[in-house]
Amino acid sequence: MASAITTLAADAPTLSAANTGFMLICSALVMLMTPGLAFFYGGMVRVKSSLNMLMMSFISLGIVTILWVLYGFSLAFGTDSGSLIGWNSDYVGLSGIGITELWDGYTIPVYVFAVFQLMFAVITPALISGALADRVKFSAWALFTALWVTVVYFPVAHWVWGAGGWLFELGVIDFAGGTAVHINAGAAALGVILVIGKRVGFKKDLMRPHSLPLVMLGAGLLWFGWFGFNAGSWLGNDDGVGAVMFVNTQVATAAAMLAWLGYEKLRHGSFTTLGAASGAVAGLVAITPSGGSCSPLGAIAIGAIAGVVCAMAVGLKYKFNFDDSLDVVGVHLVGGVLGSLLVGFFATGGVQSDAAGLFYGGGLAQLGKQAIGVFAVLAYSLVASALLAFLLDKTIGMRVTEDDEVSGIDQVEHAETAYDFSGAGGGASSRSTAVPVSVAAASKKVDA
Amino acid sequence: MKLITAIVKPHRLDEIKDALQTFGVQGLTVTEASGYGRQRGHTEVYRGAEYTVDLVPKIRIEVLVDDDAADDVMDVIVSAAHTGKIGDGKVWSVSVDSVVRVRTGERGAEAL
Repeated sequence: MASAITTLAADAPTLSAANTGFMLICSALVMLMTPGLAFFYGGMVRVKSSLNMLMMSFISLGIVTILWVLYGFSLAFGTDSGSLIGWNSDYVGLSGIGITELWDGYTIPVYVFAVFQLMFAVITPALISGALADRVKFSAWALFTALWVTVVYFPVAHWVWGAGGWLFELGVIDFAGGTAVHINAGAAALGVILVIGKRVGFKKDLMRPHSLPLVMLGAGLLWFGWFGFNAGSWLGNDDGVGAVMFVNTQVATAAAMLAWLGYEKLRHGSFTTLGAASGAVAGLVAITPSGGSCSPLGAIAIGAIAGVVCAMAVGLKYKFNFDDSLDVVGVHLVGGVLGSLLVGFFATGGVQSDAAGLFYGGGLAQLGKQAIGVFAVLAYSLVASALLAFLLDKTIGMRVTEDDEVSGIDQVEHAETAYDFSGAGGGASSRSTAVPVSVAAASKKVDA
Repeated sequence: MKLITAIVKPHRLDEIKDALQTFGVQGLTVTEASGYGRQRGHTEVYRGAEYTVDLVPKIRIEVLVDDDAADDVMDVIVSAAHTGKIGDGKVWSVSVDSVVRVRTGERGAEAL
């Protein structure tokens, strides 16, 4: 009976309840990464802009979800035209998809594939936001998110993962999003900050994280959710590749955290909490494209390299004087480039495909393909994102005023304060003014 | 009457509170403060960026006492706050002209 099912599955895939259930859980795991990222970033900024930082990530769950349903899924995964973009009118509004219709060549429904990929589209623009801390108008950010996924993410996802997409057809290996997600977001971050400029007080003021426990919580949620992101990207568990990816995700992340901490201890004298959290994320980024093609020992090497190189890379912004506020370039762009290129060295040829890297007798062929993928996505995202930011800056304006930035973007853009320090902690005096202010605001409305 | 102000290390607060209670001081006010003395600040490292943090967290304790008790209360605070390490803080007193208890309207030493 079992063999009969297997034979049948080999002919034409049938719906697998196991794979479908697994992929729905993976989708939920990837969804959790966006709030996790919000905490990771939110803890790293100063109190006065912490809510804005949380919101820059969280809003993506709203905007990108709707756009994905309306046309994003169709652009990214519809029928290819010109190897550059997809389109399928059945996917518009997800309206023409049968509930048991299977994703071509797989054992899961199209609906499941669409919602899994939706979560990737949600987190990618959220990743960019870390570079823009403290200073971007929320309305401008929301519009940028909508435009950016339309012009950059949906096409790039098609290039990398869509059937017929030019990088996909070239044979670039990107298991779960080293190019489409991390290089894409990191290069976009660089493009935008080159246009909008630095925070007031960059390199002068004390800009230390307001809550490292929040950063650690966020890193933990990211790590947890990343199992869905990575292991889920094989879209099923019929051949064990997803399980290898799961193992490598854990192994590389562990190695990267230790490597970052070791580098930091030697270089700066302490094992920092922020270093542990950052190292873990750097490892997760680097194993994302590569974990489906390397061995666990290869994953240790990839993680360790990413931990050290990213720890070194986060200092570049001070040297080159660009305000990548929370090191989106240093961690995601650098980590993504490393992971994507290291496939060309560490691919064993025995996991997701038979393409072997330099260290496994495969020569330079795969490395060359990886380099093309890296360069294409980096260059396109950098230029397109800078242009988008430039257009928005010239029309509605990207930045809040300097006064608003200095006094704190939370109150200006969100009319809220992150923490109410009451009790013995002082600051309770603000309560006496809180009532009159709200009364005054109410009476103002009446006057108007 | 004297107002005694002590700026001390935050973790000594419980010791000082207990010592003052044992001595018989009826009430005190505590605020979180930050500042530096001769010890200056310290260095913190975030992703390799070193920051000198000048202002160190401190606790400010304020107690109103009768003139006669002032020296003893200061001694009680000093001995409870003492660790012998740099940054232990300072205690001082100033004269207070008048005091009113809000609930009863009592004035002067009655109000303490």
